[in-house]
This record gives sequence, structure tokens and C-alpha cells, in this order.
Amino acid sequence: MKVAYWPGCVSRGFTPELHGSMDKVAPLLDLELVELDRASCCGAGVIAEHNQELADTLNARTFALAQQVEGAELMMNICSTCQGAQTECQERLDANAEYRAHVNETLGEDGLTYEKGLTNKNLLWLLVEEIGLEELRSRVKRPLTDLRVGPFYGCYIVRPTDRLGIDEAKPRDTYLGQVIEALGGTVVDYAGAYKCCGFPIITMNKEVSLRQAGRHLGDAVAAAADCLVTPCPLCHLNLDLQQPLAERMVGSELRMPVLHLPQLLGLALGLEPQELGMQRHVVKPTSVIDWSTSVVGGVNGG
Amino acid sequence: MPEFTLRLRRYDPDAGEAPYWDEHTIELESHQSVLEGILQARARFDGSIGIRCSCRAAICGSCGVRINGQPALACHTHLDQAMTGARDGVIEVEPMGNMPVIKDLIVDMDAVHWAKIRRVTPWLINKEPIPEREYIVPHEAMVDVTQSMACIQCGACVSDCLSMEVDPLFIGPAALAKAYRFVGDPRDAQHFSRLKDLAEDPHGIYDCTHCFKCIEACPKGVAPMSQIMRLRRVAGRDHQIDDGNNGGRHERSFTNLVRDYGILWEAEVLPRSYGGDSRLAKLSPRAGGELLESLPVIAKALLRGKVTPKGVLKPHRLPKDDLKQIKRIYETIEGREAGERFELNLYISGYDEEQEGAGGATPDAASDAAQGGDGGQQGAEAGQPGQSPEGSPSR
Ligand code: SF4
Ligand code: SF4
Ligand code: FES
Repeated sequence: MKVAYWPGCVSRGFTPELHGSMDKVAPLLDLELVELDRASCCGAGVIAEHNQELADTLNARTFALAQQVEGAELMMNICSTCQGAQTECQERLDANAEYRAHVNETLGEDGLTYEKGLTNKNLLWLLVEEIGLEELRSRVKRPLTDLRVGPFYGCYIVRPTDRLGIDEAKPRDTYLGQVIEALGGTVVDYAGAYKCCGFPIITMNKEVSLRQAGRHLGDAVAAAADCLVTPCPLCHLNLDLQQPLAERMVGSELRMPVLHLPQLLGLALGLEPQELGMQRHVVKPTSVIDWSTSVVGGVNGG
Repeated sequence: MPEFTLRLRRYDPDAGEAPYWDEHTIELESHQSVLEGILQARARFDGSIGIRCSCRAAICGSCGVRINGQPALACHTHLDQAMTGARDGVIEVEPMGNMPVIKDLIVDMDAVHWAKIRRVTPWLINKEPIPEREYIVPHEAMVDVTQSMACIQCGACVSDCLSMEVDPLFIGPAALAKAYRFVGDPRDAQHFSRLKDLAEDPHGIYDCTHCFKCIEACPKGVAPMSQIMRLRRVAGRDHQIDDGNNGGRHERSFTNLVRDYGILWEAEVLPRSYGGDSRLAKLSPRAGGELLESLPVIAKALLRGKVTPKGVLKPHRLPKDDLKQIKRIYETIEGREAGERFELNLYISGYDEEQEGAGGATPDAASDAAQGGDGGQQGAEAGQPGQSPEGSPSR
């Protein structure tokens, strides 16, 4: 399947292991990634906070570029925040023809137009809705047997439910759990799965921000999770990069590894932790988890 | 008549006993409300069940509770609808969160919700001179504040606010939505001082973590978070407020970094948010202190090869031609006069009538459908934004 691929900014900045692991995993899922390397930052809600029309126009430009990719079935992102921020803009663009025309007028000067009705899916949605869990299961080389994984979604990909198309037919707020299970892991039920990592206010109210991260990590520790998995690199920054500071804030040792979704996939699809950049994390999953005993399925499994 | 089982959270702080669950099976039509169910349980089985209600018609805001973990008005939730969220076939009802329980399902709104509402000076401070007759204001300005005026003070948003969960001092969604009701009102004389106050308060507009919980919780479509973003927009852009919480600087430096590089150069956001919008920001005392404090984190990130020295010192950026396009978009849109700004609020405008494939489509819709429908590319599918059947969305 060929997709117009939007990697986002953070995956090419502070979490390079995310972009890298996506690249490694894509061929194992028969995904052809056409990178949108001309597109701009989605604004992460911050540009919209400054100027809504600006954010809508920048994202309309990205959508227009995605629609130009020959033969691509849809646009794919690997960041909850990109998904949420872009969907918010797309909702306005798709809702109102007059507004769309107004935005397209600005884009028109460079010969670009956004046509209503783009499909933009996070890797998580694409896994379940396009590839399918059965297919995914059949590709597992090394089931994550005995690995206890806590899902951490990121606010932008679960709320508001109507904007994100979450309903009974598409229970997108259960997909992480379903994917963990399909990969052979055990889903850990803990309080933080749908909560906020605190990243959006890290520069404004660091204490409150870190207290949020620390609380969810602590809940995961209490629920005996081996690691968390998230489709959001911004959550990853607060939960992993800032974990030492969060530990200080909540006054207890956490040592909770946090995996990017493509890393968890990669492990089950037979890649090595090193290939997936897992040694790059602040809380090294390579040192906290003994992969040879946690992942007991072995190469012959699945 | 169908039967439903309710599991009620019971607690009496005065009794000195721990909270517990209590189950009652009631008989009602499935379109009747959870509130009616609770009232029947109280009338038939246990007169001591504590629940607050008045209008029973989603108007007074008294009956806010959590149903199966989600905030809701008990009088506005049908029993069959509640059943769809019941994990084990039993409808679970708890008091709202973030507020102390007075008894069972009744929380102390005075101690939290109303105290916060009072915090934002929730009345109009007249512009002088007061006209002899009515104020004449532009229609659009009043339409703009109708969304925040739709609030019925039920506290559902407060109950679920994730910033408040870790920072009880946060002014919170309902009160900040109320603040926008006056900041958006042209008759009010104190826009600047209201905004300055809310921007400088460490628990004010910049303490909202953008979690969308309040948008999801509100039964009236007030979308408190969107009102908070409007407050930030007016504070940062129109009044250029340079607050002590880095809020305005964060917004401006983020926006300008994307203008200059096309994608975000994260290594610069932090110093610029603290020290101002320039490459020299890291040398400012405020930014220096913060960087020093973050040094262990930065060092670790460098050590692991997560952050490369090159990434910190040199931004990744878009190709030249694309950067030119981005700059031009910025110039066009940021250059608009205040009166020409285009801001679409779906709460007010709603969705276009047209739906793909629907009969009676307008010519515009028909052409959209033709373009989006095939060509081997993006086809709209259910679950895409703008396809919501319910009409007016809650933003
Ligand atoms: S978006 Fe902001 S105000 Fe609303 S619930 Fe989240 S933190 Fe609270
Ligand atoms: S904003 Fe909505 S949820 Fe919050 S108090 Fe008002 S009506 Fe209730
Ligand atoms: S009783 Fe008035 S809102 Fe429910």
C-alpha cells in the first residue's frame, strides 16, 4: 500500500528513533512511504492558538501536497498531535465551502488546491483499518509473550471523539490495546492511558506538566507494566526525555521505558532493539527489560 | 417495563466510613433518564441516597455526575444510552471529580466551581460613558460570545479537567469560558486588564494543557478549551501581552520558527519562550537559568544520540522554494487588518448542508463529490471530519 507519509517535526528532531523505526518497519508491512518533505509543521495547536486561518492554510497546503502524490491511497502520520491538529483544521476546511475557497485562494498563488475529503490516518488507525489485525498477527515473527504493555494514546488522538470519527463502528480509542494483543503482548489496565502527558505546558508551568507525566508513569509502575507504548512523540518527550525530572517531582523512582508504536511493531516483526533505536531513549528499554526472556516466542514462533 | 440496574457510589464524609457501591434494580422505559432511575431507587429502596436535581430538562445544571466514568447530566442521559457504556451490564453512577463530595452524588460546587467563577469577575464592567439608551454593538461580536453564554454551570468540565487534577489552583475550563464571555463583549471596558490578569496568573490561561477533556465533557457545546485558546489569541496577538509564564512568548516563537524554517526547530523553542524571540535568547538570564536546570536532561539526550549537537545548533529546514511559499502564506495572513481576520467557528456556522452522495446536493457539493470520489486517491470515508450527522458540532 502506497501512502503520502507525513513524519512530523519531532520525529526528525528530538525523537529521531521514531522516524528511523518507521522506515525499518514499513517494508515489513508492505507500506510504501512517499515522504511529504515539502510540507510544513502542523502547528501542534500552537499556531492555531495564534492565528486560526494561518494554521488552516498551512495544513491545507500539506493536504494539497498529499493529494498530489500519484497512486497514494491516503495520507499517513505517526504523531497523535499531528493527527489531532490536522484533523481540526480539516474539519473546518471540509465543513464550509466558502471557507475552503478562501483558503484555496491563498494556496492558489503557488498552484496548490486542497480538495475536500482527504483521508489522513495515524499509523495506529491504518494498522487496524487498512492492514487489519489478522494480517498483522500473521506477520509476527516474535510474539511479545509475557510483555506487559500499557497503552498511552495522547489527547489529540482520542478527543474530541466526534471530530476524530471515534464511534462503535470505529472504536479508535481501543486500537492500541488491540494492536498490543495482536502482537502477542499483554495489555496493562492503568489510570493514565487516556490522560495528558503534560507536554503542552512544559514551558509554561513545568511543575504541573511534570506532575502529570510522573503520575501516569507511577500508575503504570503500580500496575506492573514493563513498558508503555505511545503513537505520540510529544508524549514521548515528557514521558521519557523528562522522566528523570518527573521522578524528582513525584519523589519516587520510575524507570518506566516508553516505546514508540513502530518500535513495538518492529520488535514483534523480528527487528532487534538496536535497529529500532531503543538505546537512544533516556530510560533505555534495552537495559530495563531483558528482551531475551520477556519475548519468549523466539524466532520460530508466530 | 424494562429493568435496569444502577450501581451508585455512596459516601457520607460525616459518618467517617469509607465510600462504597450500592446496587438497585429499577423499572423504567429505556428512553427515560438515569436521573429518573436514581429518583426511583431513592423512592422505592433507600431514602438516604443523595442526588441534586431541579429542572430535569438539562437547563439548571444541578444534576452533573459521572456515568460509567464519563461526566454527564443525569437528566440528559437516557437509560438505554447509558447501557451502551456499561461494562458489566450495570450502569455505574459516581459523583463528579475534582470537587469534594458532600454526600453520595452531591459535590461541593461552592468550594470549587463557584469560587473559580467568582475569580474571573463574572460581570460586565461598562465602558464609559454609559449610553443613555442601549449600547449598539456589532451583531457578529455578540454571536461570537453566545457559545460561552450557553454554559449552564453544571461543572462537568471541571470534573474532568486534567490540569486541575494535578493543580487544584488552576482557574479551570468553566471559569475561563466565562472570562471569554466578557473579553469577547465589546461593551466591556476591561479587556486588557482581564487578560493581563489571566495571563500572569500561573494557574491562568497558560496552565491549560490542551487535553480536550472539557470539550468532550460539556453537554452544551461550550467547548471551554476553544474559549481558552481565544483568550490566548487575543492576549498574545491583539494585546501583545508579555506574561511571566512564557505563554505569549512560547506562542510567538513557535509560530515564527515555523515561518523561518518551515518545520519546528525544537531546540530553539524553549530558550526563546523564556528569553524572547531571537537566536540570542539562550543568553538571557531567564533562559540561562532554565537551560541550566534542564542540563542533566540535555546531557543525557546528547549522550544517547537522541539529540545531536548538530540538531541543537543547526535547524532542519524545508527546501528554499517551499520556504518561500510558507513565508508568503504568513505575509498574506498575518498581514490582514484586525477587521479582515477570518475565523471560522463551527458552533455558529455548522456544517454545509451537503453530504456526499446525499440527494439534493448543491452544484458545489456535486463537484466536490466527483473530485473526492475517485481518481485512485483520497476518497472521503465515514469517520472523517465534517461527516458528523448531528449538525452543529461542539467546538
Ligand atoms: S483542555 Fe484545558 S481546561 Fe479543558 S479540561 Fe483540559 S486542561 Fe482543563
Ligand atoms: S462549560 Fe459546559 S460542562 Fe462546563 S459548566 Fe458550562 S455547561 Fe457545564
Ligand atoms: S436537573 Fe437540571 S440539568 Fe439535570
